[in-house]
Amino acid sequence: MPALALGAAALMGLAVVFAFFVAPQDADQGISQRIFYFHVPIALTAYACFGWGALKALLLLWRKDERYDLESYVAIHQGTIFGALTLATGSIWAKASWGHWWLWSENQLVLFLVLFLFYSAYFMLRFSIEEGPRRANISAVYALFGVVLIPVSFLAIRLAENVIHPTVFTREGPQMTGTMFLAFCVAWVGITTLAYTLYRVELSGKRLDSNLRDLREALGG
Amino acid sequence: MSSGEKYVAAAYGVVLLTLLVYVAIIAAKLARLERETAELAELARRREAKQPADG
Repeated sequence: MPALALGAAALMGLAVVFAFFVAPQDADQGISQRIFYFHVPIALTAYACFGWGALKALLLLWRKDERYDLESYVAIHQGTIFGALTLATGSIWAKASWGHWWLWSENQLVLFLVLFLFYSAYFMLRFSIEEGPRRANISAVYALFGVVLIPVSFLAIRLAENVIHPTVFTREGPQMTGTMFLAFCVAWVGITTLAYTLYRVELSGKRLDSNLRDLREALGG
Repeated sequence: MSSGEKYVAAAYGVVLLTLLVYVAIIAAKLARLERETAELAELARRREAKQPADG
């Protein structure tokens, strides 16, 4: 795990270098476009975390193996953190580009908020039920329902007719220069590696906590 | 600093701050787990020391 953490830190540093010193300045938006290099990969990572959480939830319901419950929970927790970061960085970028912190008329923004709030409610549901198989199953079903919102949120921008939110990736490919796309790819790999590192660290902590609780019970302490 | 630069600094600052808070929370949790492990090890040692006298 230390190698993974070092790799994530190095990739994040490289992503910042590419975003600020390698990618050219956008002719239309100017410097504020540089938020894109972190905002979009963070949003994609949030989707990936929610998807991963749903996959683990499906495995729990299918194989009835308890370890998937914790894995699903940690992935959704990561997704919520990255989701909050997506909303925060997106809002700052919106203010810089459109002059508004938030626009309720934008389907992409509202659907992402719905997805974020849906998975935020997951924690309220989970912690309102006593620990055990019942909690694991109900949490898994809830996590699976949420996964439907991911493609809807992702495609909303492409299906909506009147949007301000930019569509960078179209059927014709990425609408940016090669260097900009390279900077984006480096940032995407960096943030995905970071998310995976945080997932592994949090999962190890939770497993250790659970094992210590079992040990305390066995020792009667 | 232009307003565009301020927004970029704010966006990257939010990401950095969130990461720092996350690492701080994980570090605090790790310290608690370390303390609990030491307590359990002490409990196990005391049990072991007590056992020959009982048996």
